[in-house]
Amino acid sequence: MTKTADAVVIGGGIVGCATAYNLAKLGCKKVVLVEEKYLASGATGRCGAGVRMQWGTEPNCILARDSIKMLENLEEELEYPGSIEFKQSGYLLLAYTEKMVEQFHMNIGLQHRLGIPSCWVTPEEVKEIVPHLNTQGLHGATYCPKDGHCNPFKTTDAYAQAAKRLGVEILTYTKVTDLPRNSDRIKGVETTAGIIEAPLVIACAGAYTRQLARLVGVDLPIYPERHQILVTEPVEPLLGPMVMSFYHGTYCQQVPHGGFLMGLGDPHEVKDFNEDSTWQFLHEMAAKITFMLPVLKEVRVVRQWSGLYDLTPDKTQILGAIPEVPGFFVAAGFSGHGFMMAPVVGKLMAEVMLGLEPQYPIEMYGVKRFAEGSLYVEPSVV
Amino acid sequence: MAGKEYAKREEVTVICRCEDVTLEEIRTLINQGITDMEQLKRLLRVGMGPCQGRTCSALLAGEIARATGKYVGEVKLTTFRPLTAPIKLEVLTRGETHD
Repeated sequence: MTKTADAVVIGGGIVGCATAYNLAKLGCKKVVLVEEKYLASGATGRCGAGVRMQWGTEPNCILARDSIKMLENLEEELEYPGSIEFKQSGYLLLAYTEKMVEQFHMNIGLQHRLGIPSCWVTPEEVKEIVPHLNTQGLHGATYCPKDGHCNPFKTTDAYAQAAKRLGVEILTYTKVTDLPRNSDRIKGVETTAGIIEAPLVIACAGAYTRQLARLVGVDLPIYPERHQILVTEPVEPLLGPMVMSFYHGTYCQQVPHGGFLMGLGDPHEVKDFNEDSTWQFLHEMAAKITFMLPVLKEVRVVRQWSGLYDLTPDKTQILGAIPEVPGFFVAAGFSGHGFMMAPVVGKLMAEVMLGLEPQYPIEMYGVKRFAEGSLYVEPSVV
Repeated sequence: MAGKEYAKREEVTVICRCEDVTLEEIRTLINQGITDMEQLKRLLRVGMGPCQGRTCSALLAGEIARATGKYVGEVKLTTFRPLTAPIKLEVLTRGETHD
């Protein structure tokens, strides 16, 4: 069965749903979104649910800053009947070495130039923000009260429902099997539910985007990397901000529901599509978090899972057209921070695909930077 | 909604006891066409509490089967993830030394 569309979006995570919504909003008549499993089944639904403006490079600061601004009014914009559980109770980034203190001060300088209200806090001030934190060995921290939390399932659902109301067709449990071309130009997508002919196709499939791009002979530097995470039983409010330590490679936040979400970056993780959970993670996570937040000793873990970062060499996303294949676009390689940047990215990608002037110059996020060596190496990643 | 408020109402069936999800809430989403247990779980939190769906999964599968006309054995369950039972973080830190 062959059908036609004006644009096809591959990937039903937050980036795909936000892009599909914005395409329809900007007047693209027939938009089809194709998802291999169910909505938010990949990195979006497995992420730590944090949103922060405190980044170390300009490209990341801008996207996060403006996405968080959009989250403040997203329920109204998308006319969502539920709640996306957005809360701004800050992010506290802990510094345990002189080098981190130096890096964090550089980050604050950049953030202030971009209008991000972050600040340096001493261990005494940290104690005021998070009374339960063990400040042993702590040099200080940076804090931004505008950072916080948002529910990835609900936010994706909000975009998907709004997109459907604007006429977007969403096909779940549909896998893309090929990307046919007409000479160089993209012709559409071949799926397990038939062919969809379309002049515009965008791949927003996280770590799987590399495989999709290979179908049109393009090799993108995107690598899958497993990250593990756990959630505890809900308890009374104990912790306001997300507490993050690049020294320990950990992050932990109490979500509005009451549970604590926490994860760990393993520097020795191999780059593969492995999504298994391990007991080693439980043990290491428990040891590190009970050192930092001893109050959590008595809290029970109820579930653990893992997800894949779509990592690029500079830990910065690849956004824009693929010059070798006219009509083919990519929004992937978010390296663990796609959820919090999706509101702006969805808008930008729709604008670029429809040939409109994007809200920001998008060239700096282009794939060309890897060939040219003009990278934006993000230092603030767990 | 707290337990007391339920008591005031005449007919309330709680499907997921951990997360306080009612049959009515589940049916509302099923009527909107959401019959995928993975989606229902993520939108309602059904099966996400301390018992991890050990009580409600079968009830939910039955409800989906009724709505879709499928045989209940054909309803795809969500992934069962570790841990088998809730464990305190403090307990999980042990084991490396003689503690």
